[in-house]
Parts: sequence; C-alpha cells; structure tokens
Amino acid sequence: MLSIVELDFGTPRSKAAQQVTLTIDGREVTVPAGTSVLRAAGEAGIPIPKLCATELLDAFGSCRLCLVQIEGRKGFPASCTTPVEAGMRVATQAAQLQKIRHGVMELYLSDYAAGNDALPTEMREMVDAIGVTEVRYGFDGKNHRQAAKDESNPYFTFDPAACIVCSRCVRACDEQQGTLALTIEGRGFASRVVASQDDGFMDSECVSCGACVQACPTTALSEKSLLAKGPAQTSAVTTCAYCGVGCSFRAEMRGEDLIRMVPNKDGRANHGHSCVKGRFAIGYATHKDRILKPMIRAKISEPWREVPWAEAIAHAAREFRRIQAKYGRDSIGGITSSRCTNEETYLVQKLVRAGFGNNNVDTCARVCHSPTGYGLKATLGESAGTQDFDSVLQADVIMVIGANPTDGHPVFASQMKRRLRREQNGRPPAKLIVVDPRRIDIVRTPHVQADWHLQLRPGTNVALLTSLAHAIVDEGLVDEAFVHARCEREAFEKWRAFVAEERNSPEAMESVTGVPARAVRAAARLYATGGNAAIYYGLGVTEHSQGSTAVMAIANLAMATGNIGREGVGVNPLRGQNNVQGSCDMGSFPHEFPGYRHVGDDAVRASFEQAWGVPLRNEPGLRIPNMFEAALDGEFKGIYIEGEDIAQSDPNTQHVTASLTAMECVVVQDLFLNETAKFAHVFLPGSTFLEKDGTFTNAERRISRVRQVMRPRNGYADWEITQLLANAMGYPMHYAHPAEIMDEIARLTPTFAGVSFGKLDELGSIQWPCNAQAPLGTPTMHVGEFVRGKGRFMLTEYVPTAEKVNAKYPLILTTGRILSQYNVGAQTRRTENIRWHGEDRLEIHPQDAEDRGIAEGDWIGIESRAGQTVLRATISSRMQSGVVYTTFHFPFSGANVITTDNSDWATNCPEYKVTAVQILRVSQPSQWQQRYRAFSEKQQELLREAVALK
Amino acid sequence: MTMQGHDSSAALVKMANDIADYFHSEADRGLAIDGIVNHITRFWEPRMRRKIVAHYAEHGGAGLNELARAAIAKLAEISQG
Ligand code: SF4
Ligand code: SF4
Ligand code: FES
Repeated sequence: MLSIVELDFGTPRSKAAQQVTLTIDGREVTVPAGTSVLRAAGEAGIPIPKLCATELLDAFGSCRLCLVQIEGRKGFPASCTTPVEAGMRVATQAAQLQKIRHGVMELYLSDYAAGNDALPTEMREMVDAIGVTEVRYGFDGKNHRQAAKDESNPYFTFDPAACIVCSRCVRACDEQQGTLALTIEGRGFASRVVASQDDGFMDSECVSCGACVQACPTTALSEKSLLAKGPAQTSAVTTCAYCGVGCSFRAEMRGEDLIRMVPNKDGRANHGHSCVKGRFAIGYATHKDRILKPMIRAKISEPWREVPWAEAIAHAAREFRRIQAKYGRDSIGGITSSRCTNEETYLVQKLVRAGFGNNNVDTCARVCHSPTGYGLKATLGESAGTQDFDSVLQADVIMVIGANPTDGHPVFASQMKRRLRREQNGRPPAKLIVVDPRRIDIVRTPHVQADWHLQLRPGTNVALLTSLAHAIVDEGLVDEAFVHARCEREAFEKWRAFVAEERNSPEAMESVTGVPARAVRAAARLYATGGNAAIYYGLGVTEHSQGSTAVMAIANLAMATGNIGREGVGVNPLRGQNNVQGSCDMGSFPHEFPGYRHVGDDAVRASFEQAWGVPLRNEPGLRIPNMFEAALDGEFKGIYIEGEDIAQSDPNTQHVTASLTAMECVVVQDLFLNETAKFAHVFLPGSTFLEKDGTFTNAERRISRVRQVMRPRNGYADWEITQLLANAMGYPMHYAHPAEIMDEIARLTPTFAGVSFGKLDELGSIQWPCNAQAPLGTPTMHVGEFVRGKGRFMLTEYVPTAEKVNAKYPLILTTGRILSQYNVGAQTRRTENIRWHGEDRLEIHPQDAEDRGIAEGDWIGIESRAGQTVLRATISSRMQSGVVYTTFHFPFSGANVITTDNSDWATNCPEYKVTAVQILRVSQPSQWQQRYRAFSEKQQELLREAVALK
Repeated sequence: MTMQGHDSSAALVKMANDIADYFHSEADRGLAIDGIVNHITRFWEPRMRRKIVAHYAEHGGAGLNELARAAIAKLAEISQG
C-alpha cells in the first residue's frame, strides 16, 4: 500500500542490451527487449491502469485493467504480460478499453470496503483514473465486506473486506520471499487469501517479512503503524542497522516521527525486499529503556549520577589520563563496533592510535569474522568477499558452509532460494550443497531441496574441506589452466601433494567428520564440474579453533577449480552484523591501519603520522581477549567501548566480567544499560542509526549511506561523542560532518580513494575498491589477477579442537541465531519480535532427550568446563544425536557462561561452535543465573536511583 | 583489583601451541619455525612477546609443544639480538 507515492511501472526492468522501438498512442518509444508494453508506456509517460502488476513481481495478468489494443492482434491483450515487439502499434485509451476497465473496476468495488479512507492507495488511484463514481451491481451479493480482520501479527493487519484478491501478496510471498505461506482459497466470488491452512498470519508459516504488505494495492494488508499514524510526509533513503545484508530502506517520516520503513526498490543489496527485523523491529529506537543522559560513578557498587555531557566527557578523559600516568601509556584501549558507522569506527581507532598513543584497539569482528580477514588476505590478497549478492543468480552450484542464511541473512537467502527454484537464462535451477551439523531450513524449504547435506560433526570443518580437496585432486578435477595462469606454482604443488595424502581422503576422514565418503566425493564432483560454483559461508566456519584454516581451505577449493574472478562464483563470507566489513576496513584491528595495512609498514604509518600530526606506534596492540588477560594481570586499567556488549557476547562470561571488574575506568557508549554497562564507571548515551549520518559497508563490500531522519534523542551522534572525548584528552578533532571523516578516509586509504558522500548520493551505493582504476567501484574482485598478484594455496592440516567430549562432558554444544532476534538481542528484545522468540532454548535430539528422560519444555542444566547454565529443552531432530544447540539472544540464558576460552589459532576468534557439555534435568536456575539475576537487579536499582537524583 | 595469582602466560602458551599446530604440516622445519615467529611478531603486542620469552627463559618453555618451543627460542634469540 502507498504512503509516499513511488513510481511503479508494473513489471521488472529488462536488462537486455538490445533496444526495441514501437509506437504507443502515436508516439515512438524505444526500450530494452523484454520490456512489457505496460512498462514501456509508463516510462514514456503514458500510464495504463493496472492493479495486479507491480515492478517487484513477475507479470500475472489477472486483473484485466491494463488491456490495450495492438494493431493486427485480436481482442484486448493485457499489456503487463505482453512484451514489446519492434514496429508494434499500441493504443491504450480507446473508448472500448475505457468501458471494459470501468466494468472491471465496478465488479471489484462491489465486493470492496476501502478500509482506512485517509490513506492513499493504488486502488483509489485507479478508481479515480478510470473515473468510477458509482457501482451498478450493488453490494448485496455474497461478499467479504463483513469478514473479520486478522490482527494476529504484531506489525500488520489483514482486512479481507479491503482485499480485491489480486494475489499480489501471494506472489510476493512466493517470488520475493520464497516462503509460500499464502494461497488463494476458493473460486470466483468466494475466493480469498489465507495464510497456510487458514491458520491466521501469526500461526502460519509466515516469517513476517512484510513483502505482501508492500505489494498490496489496497489497505487490506497494512502496517499497524501506518494505520495508527496516517501517511508520511517525507522520506529518506537509509540503510538497515541489523545484519550484513545491508538492505536499503526509505524511512518514511512525519516530522521526526517514523511512520514506517519501506525497503528501497533501488537498493542493490535487497531490490525492494527486507526481513522482519529491518522493516518492523525498530521500536527500540524510542524504547523507554534508552538512556539519554550521561552518567558517572566511582565504583560499580555505587548508584549512577546523571551529569551534563561536559562533565561526563571531562571525567572520562581525566580518568584515562590518570590511568596512563600511573600505569603507563599502554594501560588503556578502545573497542569499536560493527553496529556503528564507518566514520564512527574510524574515529574510535584514530582516537586510540593518535589520542591514547597506542594500538590497543579492537572490534567485535574479533569474535565473528576475524578469520575471514586473515584467511582471505593470506590466499587471495584481500580481506573481503569476492562477489556482489546478485552474483548468486549466475551460480549453477551453491555451497553453503556453516551459515544459516534463512535466519541470519534472510533477504539474501530469498535471492538464493530464487536461484535454487528457478531457471536463469536457460540454465536449470542451481544445485545446492549444504555443509552443516544441523538440518537448517535451506536444506529443505518449499521447492528447494539440497542435493547434498554433509552433516558433519561440529569442529571438523577443516577435515571435511581438505577431504573435498582430496577428491578434487584425486579425481583429476583441478582446473589446471586456471591454476597455472593465476596461482603460485610452488605453493600449489605443495598443497596438491598434501591434500593427495591418503590420510586426507574422504574415506580416511569419514570417521572424523561422520560424513560418508561417497557423499563427500559426490559433492566435490558437483562443485568442481557443475558450472559456476559459489561458496557462501558464515560463523560456522570462522568461530572455531581452526577458523582461519577453514577459510583458507575454502579459498583453496575456489582456486583449484577456477571458481573465482567472475560472476556466479567466488568466496562469500556472510557477515553477521551490518557493519562487520566496514569496521574491519576502517582499521579496527590492533595490527592494522584502515585498508588492512600493517602498523609496521613504515610508508603507510608515515602517511597517517603526517595526516594525524602525531608519531604512531609500529607494533600491534592488544586484541580483546589479550585486553582481558592484561586486565587480570593488572596492566590494563581503562577501556572505551563503543556499541558493543562484551559481557554478553564474548565467551566465558565469568572471565570477561572478572576482567572488567579489574579495571578502574570502563566507559560504555550505548543505547541501553547493557550487560557490559553494568560494570561501567562512565555511561555515554549513544544514538541510533536513525539519528545520524554516515555509511555502512555490507557483506558485498557495498558502502551505503545512513541518513539522519531525526535529531539524536541523547543529544549527540556517536561520532560527535568520540570527538568530544578526543578533544578533552588533548587530541584535537574538528569534523563538522561525517562527510569530512569519509574524505579523510578516502585520502588515506587506496581502496576508498574514490569514495565520497557526494558520489554515494549520485550512485546510491559503491562497492570498494573504488579508486582511479575502478571509479564506479568493484562488484567482482580478482578478475584477471588476484589482489596479491598470484593466488596462494595454503596447507590446511586438520587439528582436532582441544575441546574434547568425554564421559563427563559427552555432548557437543553449538550456538547460532534465529531470524527474529539479533545477536545479544539488545535491540530486538525491545520490540514485538519477542513474540516469535521469547527465550533461548536448548535444542536436543530425541534420542539424547530420551536417554536422559528429558521432555519438551523441561528445565535443563548445561555444564561445560567453563561454567553452568539452565535453559528449557526443545526436542528437535534437526540436530544429530550427540549435538545440542542454543541461541544467545537473552542475557539470562548465559549461553556464554558455558563457552570456553578456546580460540582460532591465527586471530583468537572464539570457538563458540564447539563446547563439550553434559546436560541433565534440573528444577532451578544455575548458580551463575541466580548471581546474575541478583547483580542485574542491583544494577537496575542503581540506575533508578540515578534517575531519581536529577 | 588484580586477580589473585593470575598469570597470563598460561594463555600465551596455549596461543603459541595453537599457532605451532597450524605450522606443523609444513615439512620444512625452518620454514615452520619462521612462520610461527613471524606470526607472533606481526600479531602479538610487545608485552605478550616479552612475557612468552620470559616464560621460556625462566621455565624452559614449560607447557610449550616441541615446535612452539623451538620458535620461542628463536624469538628469544631475535629479541636479544
Ligand atoms: S509477511 Fe512475508 S512471509 Fe508473511 S505472508 Fe507476507 S510475504 Fe509471506
Ligand atoms: S536485518 Fe538484514 S536482511 Fe533484515 S532488513 Fe536488515 S539488512 Fe535486510
Ligand atoms: S495489471 Fe495487467 S492484468 Fe492486472
């Protein structure tokens, strides 16, 4: 339904190169071949009425409003389903056509109640355009005008009385989202839209993506916020602040009131689609829990004191300088966040390097994708994915490893599913290989079935990937020409000999991975010979003690089979948070300046020293886990944490909180009193993505604008707060706008040299590298040559994790996420999304449950070598026996109380995905949970006292 | 507050062992040792490097696996040189 009217030409834009000229209402019109007559007319400024057609969906031809006359053809063809032809002569406005349209519209109206009259809709536009003022048929026939509304979904309403059964919603759910939750039930006048088996939206398979709401041309499917607040007056294009898909949205506003978020049709990551989080879960921005005034306290056992901004900043700066004077320059550091903009992240690392005078800066990517950075740099030469998302449409074989796209990257998953369901340019639907310990949704969803699901044991990725490589070498499937031309010969030969060893064969590895050798060989053959083969991977690859090795093993596979350097192939890390790529690009790691350049590189360092006006350290600083260790050693005493909740998201919670407690000044900048803030001495209220300008960089290296649509409720955008802190510490920063920060980034970072806010406004978004060689950005990397010159094969010896199951801890716990919640849940828990997932549960295989007498919903104690917690059980055969699974969206769940200190050998990325545990039925929360609850309640009380102090 | 008796060298020993485990498959021992030393030099903060060298000097590298010990010996040599 409309709120702000957007142009919609009714059918998707044709990408064909060939142009076709025809005549419409006497005017010559030239469009790409494959364009519909409806679109050709619309683009030429000759609008033809339409109802069932929209740009976002394939033409359907059911409403009969778009009829035209075409010279030499009989009858009245529907213009939405008729492609243009050279020389075609079309008439759109003949009297006869007007009469038919009038009749059709009257029929619609006889069974239609407009719903909220205040809202402009396409339906109303069409009624006006066709000029229907009265309806001859009367309203007495059997109709839907009295049918009850379905209000079950928290975000949108379905009002059957306003439904014209155009089936746009059904097609949106099928084509765009790929969930197939909706059907038209019955025929003729009795036909109606139902969700699943007429279960109501909330109890159906609906995942609340909202595509149907956007597609609806009437008020039948409407956002509740729109119905309540009325239409918007303005809109601004901005970027979702949740996952690494980085969907583009129009934030529709009335003044500073956000009416709704509408996915942007021109967004190149999402093409007008979104998921339940980005479109609907934005209530947190105005949630009452948001802290809007700065606070300080001397000890974490004391009540908070609300203070003016100047005092809070001066206090933090004084404390940091005091600590440095007492314990040395290296005794403080900072953590940047993947939830902040590039400009904000850049400023934090600049503050640490130039203002603190050390390199103790790290980012939350440490705990998710740091192995991607390491592994792809070592093999391909650049720490980033190689493709754009659209590349998946050209893939013939898709291999998904340790990623759960339907939950973690839903909008990209919809696109992937489309390629798995559909032919593309005459090529059959893509084949699918899933490598995952769990039977994740993509293994079997409507019209999608994995050809191979290699259900390996957690912690054996490297064994499996190396055995896939063995099969490729053993069966002569290496793309010798590619390897010869593009890769280092010596490293390749070494690798070839290594993977060819018998001990790396699928047969030898079967006992390690649990995957039948036959399946491994078949999958290897499919990947190597099935046409364009693309790998998509996620945290199930990186969050292991061999995370970096697994990333290198993936890059090896792509190089060995020549599946890199063009569309449809490649190595694609699916990034968790919205700006993981960006925060890494911006120099958040302690050993690297922006653009992944080592601090020991003299020329690079000199360029930063000159620009920043201070000498810089040439040695790496502390990583997050190193900071914890140093804190416990008494050498690290102060930390500035922007937008990250290490006390909930990092492993071995008790170790983290002990480290925080050992520090003298913890400064947290965040929206809420998160778990880390409960250990803080200074709280600086942060701003939401709606309240600031900047950029995010998604998993495809796509830089997109974040635009301010309301003033920061806390008073300052996050970059301004960092700037205030820098100035107070005596390191001057004087940016007037984030655009100036981006200009500085571009000056100092070769891969960003061509990026500016002006260019982003012009192009919409840019994939880096963007510079003189690639002024419009780079959708596909490593074309013709790898960034490092020749690709480098790396050895990938399987080293079993130290985390072993034994009689005491006989099960493996692995962790993951679900669609409706986002990471630590600080945002999504404060929205209606809790209706889908109100608690973290322990998924357990029926056999393991039966062995322990566990029933659905029982309270289960989970004990690892690191700690204990208690969760409720969900019995699920998606798990293999011997493996249990949980999410970590709720702090009370204490999922990270049980995860251990094991980490990736190269980057210290924690091994979240493998923890040996024992489980048993219990009757009360764990001791940690009881302590947590008491501590948390105490901290909330201290917060309430602060508010009362004013 | 400092954790009573906390000693981060245990964590450093584990990290060094994990790195050495990766380089284990490198048949040329010299290259493997250089790889480990290079990795530690590029990614470890100097205090951490000093601590592992001190641990090696004081405790003969207790807890380090064979390859890691050889690498730390080389690191110690370089840092003295
Ligand atoms: S909200 Fe999305 S999943 Fe639900 S019915 Fe509509 S299109 Fe389908
Ligand atoms: S959370 Fe991800 S998929 Fe959902 S709207 Fe935001 S960017 Fe898109
Ligand atoms: S718009 Fe063409 S038939 Fe409905």
